[in-house]
Amino acid sequence: MLKSITFLFFVLQSFNALAMNGASLFAQNCAACHGSQGNGGVGVPLALPDFQRSVSDEFLIKTIRHGRPGRVMPAFKNLSDAEVKSLVKYLRSWNTHPARNEKIVTRPGNITHGKQLFANHCSACHGAEGTGGHGTGVTFSRPRDLPIIAPALNNSGFLAAASDKMIKTTLMHGRKGTPMVSFLKQGLSEQDIDDLVSYVRSFEKHPYDQQVALQGADTPIIRMESPNSLAATVKAVQRAAIGKNFRIIRVQALNQGMVKAGKENKKQTIIFFCNFEFLNNALAVDPRVGLFLPCRVTVVEHKGKVEVFAINPKYLSRIFNNNELNKLCDEMDKVYQDILEEATL
Amino acid sequence: MKTCLRLLVLCGVLFISLPQMASADEMLMARINMDFPEAMLKLQGTLKHQGYTISRVQRIDIGLTKSGYKTDKYRVVFYGKPEEVKNISARYPQLIPYLPLKLALFAEANDTLLIAANPLMLAPKADKELKSYLTHWAHDLQKLLTTMRSSSD
Repeated sequence: MLKSITFLFFVLQSFNALAMNGASLFAQNCAACHGSQGNGGVGVPLALPDFQRSVSDEFLIKTIRHGRPGRVMPAFKNLSDAEVKSLVKYLRSWNTHPARNEKIVTRPGNITHGKQLFANHCSACHGAEGTGGHGTGVTFSRPRDLPIIAPALNNSGFLAAASDKMIKTTLMHGRKGTPMVSFLKQGLSEQDIDDLVSYVRSFEKHPYDQQVALQGADTPIIRMESPNSLAATVKAVQRAAIGKNFRIIRVQALNQGMVKAGKENKKQTIIFFCNFEFLNNALAVDPRVGLFLPCRVTVVEHKGKVEVFAINPKYLSRIFNNNELNKLCDEMDKVYQDILEEATL
Repeated sequence: MKTCLRLLVLCGVLFISLPQMASADEMLMARINMDFPEAMLKLQGTLKHQGYTISRVQRIDIGLTKSGYKTDKYRVVFYGKPEEVKNISARYPQLIPYLPLKLALFAEANDTLLIAANPLMLAPKADKELKSYLTHWAHDLQKLLTTMRSSSD
């Protein structure tokens, strides 16, 4: 029996070792946004010493679990508790500085006064209602010398993860390597900081992310029937796209490039188009929008019926977890609807 | 009997202690520790190795630059298997706007980010045949990302 238990123990150990390799979990789930060494990118620089010093393991665990609804960071609900712990342990391996060894006591503050202070000291970066800085990703949306975008303080994920003590510590000491300064050094008193913490905590009653929802995101495509011939519909799509300030990039068969020249299926024609100003704005909001690109409408003739297809940008947008992008996709959805309607008149 | 019981207990404990397999995410991403041209080459080779044909590489950055906007290297790679694309587009026209399949890749300093939508999200109400296509595309994509990640280690 003893032999069996020993055997069982070693088998379990080896399975756990496999499952709990924080480094590989990080590479698979986090490195794309946060950088291979936690230096940041689309996501926050997790290796930043002052970040490491000012957040607790609980903050990291809750952040992994809840994510930041509408602010790119997804909720990793599929990871086991052991995997999350393993990830946090790995993140902590970058922590080269000792934890702050000071006793910080939080006291209930004056929310009204906190709101005034927030307007004067915080809203320039964190937004008037704590909605956070705009855009994400160093590649397109901000200069490379800025390692972080001001977090959305009224986000339900942030509010669930951050304790009052953590918010107070950050306000008192700031965060070196980011634009967040110490507000004690800026002349605020500890009571002022308590008032600010209470104001931030009051966002819990109306977190912003719950107000932004995508309507009409339940179907992957937009599809309309055309009463005209395939050729006439293709031309009509081009006219409609140009009328919406898009530039036609290319008109081609769907299988062009996959079959020999001359063997393409001309009954499936794609019209690619682009508005570079709109694209540039979209890239500033989320550098991953390549999945929408280039804009396109496909005209298909099947059994004598001509149909026009486009993606539903709102359907695709939900996988980005980005409220700002949702707004742009709402706009783009209207554009697609208009183009399809005009082309199928 | 005793051995059977032991084995049963062992299997039970193993089942409970195994970590939950993460379900496929809808957004598939990988950071490749290679500069852009190297990552692009590796991607093309890996797709080819998996039996896919690259139908086109759309140079998003060129269009942006010509229009006066600053950007890093940014490409969208369209790919597919000709027979699959032919069959799927004829039988499941609702997938046409998403065909050929695509991957976006862009430079981030010395790294390259690779992004794709999980094909399984494209047809939530897929029948058995379509689901088998989507599952194998998703599987290939996961494999491709793993290959790309590991080759840059």
